[in-house]
Amino acid sequence: MSDTSAKKPAVLKVENLQAWYGESHILHGMTFDVNEGEVVTLLGRNGAGKTTTLRSIMGIVEARTGVVEINGKSALSVPAHMISPMGIAYCPEERGIYKSLTVRENLMLPPVIAPGGMTVDEIFELFPNIAERLNSGGGNLSGGEQQMLAIARILRTGCRLLLLDEPTEGLAPVIVQAIGRVLKTLKSRGYTILLVEQNFRFAATVADRHYVVEHGQVIDQIANSDIGRESGRLHEYLGI
Amino acid sequence: MDIFGVPIQALLGQVLIGLINGGFYAILSLGLALIFGLLNIINFAHGAVYTAGAFVAWLLLEYLGIGYWGALLFAPGIIALIGIFLEKTLVSQIYRQDHLYGLLLTYGMALIIEGGFRQVYGVSGIPYNLPEALSGGVNLGFMYLPIYRGWVVVVSFVVCILVWYVIERTKLGSTLRAATENPALTKAFGINVPRLITLIYGLGVGLAAFAGVLAAPIYQVNPLMGSNLIIVVFAVVVIGGMGSIMGAILSGFALGVVEGLTKVFYPPASQLVIFIFMAAILLIRPAGLFGRKQ
Ligand SMILES: Nc1ncnc2c1ncn2[C@@H]1O[C@H](COP(=O)(O)OP(=O)(O)OP(=O)(O)O)[C@@H](O)[C@H]1O
Ligand SMILES: [Mg+2]
Repeated sequence: MSDTSAKKPAVLKVENLQAWYGESHILHGMTFDVNEGEVVTLLGRNGAGKTTTLRSIMGIVEARTGVVEINGKSALSVPAHMISPMGIAYCPEERGIYKSLTVRENLMLPPVIAPGGMTVDEIFELFPNIAERLNSGGGNLSGGEQQMLAIARILRTGCRLLLLDEPTEGLAPVIVQAIGRVLKTLKSRGYTILLVEQNFRFAATVADRHYVVEHGQVIDQIANSDIGRESGRLHEYLGI
Repeated sequence: MDIFGVPIQALLGQVLIGLINGGFYAILSLGLALIFGLLNIINFAHGAVYTAGAFVAWLLLEYLGIGYWGALLFAPGIIALIGIFLEKTLVSQIYRQDHLYGLLLTYGMALIIEGGFRQVYGVSGIPYNLPEALSGGVNLGFMYLPIYRGWVVVVSFVVCILVWYVIERTKLGSTLRAATENPALTKAFGINVPRLITLIYGLGVGLAAFAGVLAAPIYQVNPLMGSNLIIVVFAVVVIGGMGSIMGAILSGFALGVVEGLTKVFYPPASQLVIFIFMAAILLIRPAGLFGRKQ
């Protein structure tokens, strides 16, 4: 973190973020930031609050306090539909492919909010499977195809900050590799990515930094270059 | 020629009446299905809105000299604007509440609207003349077809298909379907779901008002015209499946015809037959004929 002060302000800044589902207090002061062009992960056990953090940033979880700043502007008090236009796009853990929409309609649904997003042709190059399934119903895709579509549809929007929640969860190794290649491509194109992962071996292939989350708080931070040396500590945190 | 001892003229006459009623059922249940899908509210005010459509048509003629064709355009427009205002001020307050609040609110709205018309205009019904161009009839050889009735069947069918097309085949429609299926995620994509909800409420009540204008020359303008119809329409929606657009349209027309045919073959059951259908469907397919399981 010592070298971040000289850089531009963080693209995403989260400070003392608290969040609730009804009565249950889930996030107890999450603090982290993501700088331009970085790939940063949130690692942590099941139920640590990683998904809740992303949902709170996007305004899907509404009961929340603290600071969330996207490109320097507060995202906490704006209506949920005004958050993505600040330059952020979200790929949920459950993928969120609409069954009542075709694959094409799913792909074209998120509005373009800034110029410079990928064209449909570039997306097909990255995800050839999607091009073949355009007229299928969203409910007829395999898990891997759903995940590809969930990533693909936010690349059209021109958002440069992506929140990806466990994009490799439950997928076959070849598909995990394909998604790894996509993430590296995105990184090389300068996208800023906040990635939630359980699979830290996968995370280590793309990420710059890792935050460890436990009980709704960031309890540690590890640079990717140290991940070999710190793997004992990580194993302990993640219980693997 | 007779079919099961019923003269074919009588039969076709009832099929026609069935199709007319079916058109009203279809337009009304379409609006209900749209509103239920996106707002998660059963709009008990729907019948009263249909009544209001007929009254606005009559008021436009009486006070502004605007006739049938103008009313067909302006009455739904005016009602849609009022609906949008009510959605923004009242209905939007209860989305987070239990279904019961939506029921109480919209039922209360229905009582106020119908009670208001009854207070001012009584219950005897006010005649509304057929438009010149659609009066008279044609002899089809096997039956006499009043032109206006044919027009109602055709126009309600066309309106239903248009709405279906917009919902199922356009960008606006795919956005609406997305907002219906997963509003939270759709908002997270930067789509203004609250505005879509307002739009759909306006469209739904506008459709009901349109049906009211269509009905005015046939049934007269009467404060109770909507409450008589809406119970059957709820049964139609249950049979078709809550939230299914094509289901609402098809079951609307089909049940209108079923009702008409029952009038021919076994008149005492004609008031009941739709509810018998509803009970049977609820037993066999609780989600309705075209509904998806939640
Ligand atoms: N809709 C909800 N209502 C109530 N509690 C919830 C809800 N969703 C999650 N929780 C609880 O919040 C806590 C954090 O859940 P969250 O989904 O954020 O964890 P996570 O770190 O993403 O876990 P995983 O790795 O399993 O995805 C858990 O204890 C979970 O049971
Ligand atoms: Mg999660």
